[in-house]
Amino acid sequence: MSRNKQEEDPRINGIKTKIRVVPDFPKKGIMFQDITTVLLDPKAFKDTIDLFVERYRDKNISVVAGIEARGFLFGPPIALAIGAKFVPLRKPKKLPGETIFEEYELEYGNDRLEMHVGAVEVGDRALVVDDLIATGGTLCAAIKLLERVGAEVVECACVIELPELKGRQRLKGKPLCMLVEYR
Amino acid sequence: RERDREMFAVENGLQGDPRLQAISDAIRVIPHFPKTGIMFQDITTLLLDPVAFKHVVDIFVDRYKHMNISLVAGVEARGFIFGPPIALAIGAKFVPLRKPGKLPGRVISEEYELEYGNDRLEMSVEAVKSHERALVIDDLVATGGTLSASINLLERAGAEVVECACVVGLPKFKGHSKLKGKPLYVLVEPSQLNEVTF
Repeated sequence: MSRNKQEEDPRINGIKTKIRVVPDFPKKGIMFQDITTVLLDPKAFKDTIDLFVERYRDKNISVVAGIEARGFLFGPPIALAIGAKFVPLRKPKKLPGETIFEEYELEYGNDRLEMHVGAVEVGDRALVVDDLIATGGTLCAAIKLLERVGAEVVECACVIELPELKGRQRLKGKPLCMLVEYR
Repeated sequence: RERDREMFAVENGLQGDPRLQAISDAIRVIPHFPKTGIMFQDITTLLLDPVAFKHVVDIFVDRYKHMNISLVAGVEARGFIFGPPIALAIGAKFVPLRKPGKLPGRVISEEYELEYGNDRLEMSVEAVKSHERALVIDDLVATGGTLSASINLLERAGAEVVECACVVGLPKFKGHSKLKGKPLYVLVEPSQLNEVTF
């Protein structure tokens, strides 16, 4: 489940073949990694969740934080299976209660990630989940939010990594677990 | 048979089920969000309670696992939280219904009314095969506009919508257990302003 290909779990290739690459979406030059096709295959979707659950079930994770919106597809099933809380990290103004936010850079300009105050407590051991890591900007913002409220981020988990964008280096030293690389 | 299709879980065999009270108690009410007069039903507190969250999934899975559902469609974004665990447990595919411009590839779109103006929901055309039996999931049903748009999308793609399911449903639907002719199944009524904290 990391870069070490020698011991790759046989389920991983099945997942990889289900990812649809869509050229020039959302704009020219981008090879979009579409995971919705994984969700259309119940076995591939289950294998994706099982791989993460097997990794995290004995790591005493108390909170799974999922990044809106595709992190919401993978985070909750993992949280339910390991008995952890699920915390959605959302775009601005979606969460109804009191929130804290962290800014992160886009190609042009900034955006913000918000979390409910009180959802995560001091001492919580957290996993951050998203479908894909590119530059690592969103994941870094997520890590900062969780650390600000006193949680320990144990790892980040993504289905897909784009290693050439070096997002792995922007995770404040936190490890990344991914299933599929796209170069 | 109509009794079988009544809307609220408590009316449909789950009366006295303590799980329903636990679910209701775990939902936080935020007054005047997103605007004055709306008592927003915040399900994020439910997600912080792994037992209550699991109750929601278990109740839906028990209901749908023998109904030959091959497709669970979830409305962005909170439908993404409840839909996938149900889909995984019953062996169905999950299809996200999204705001415009988010889904790559060929999509169909359906407009629906907001209080002021319209919005659109999109679905990937390749996600649905003809005659699939589909379930639509969202966290809450208010006007039914989003669910109606969802039903339209699935039907246009050739699926049969078996039921719509929500965690919370506004009581205005009580007695009208159908949405566009489709049964609507809801776990709980909206919570009142309460002391739910984290």
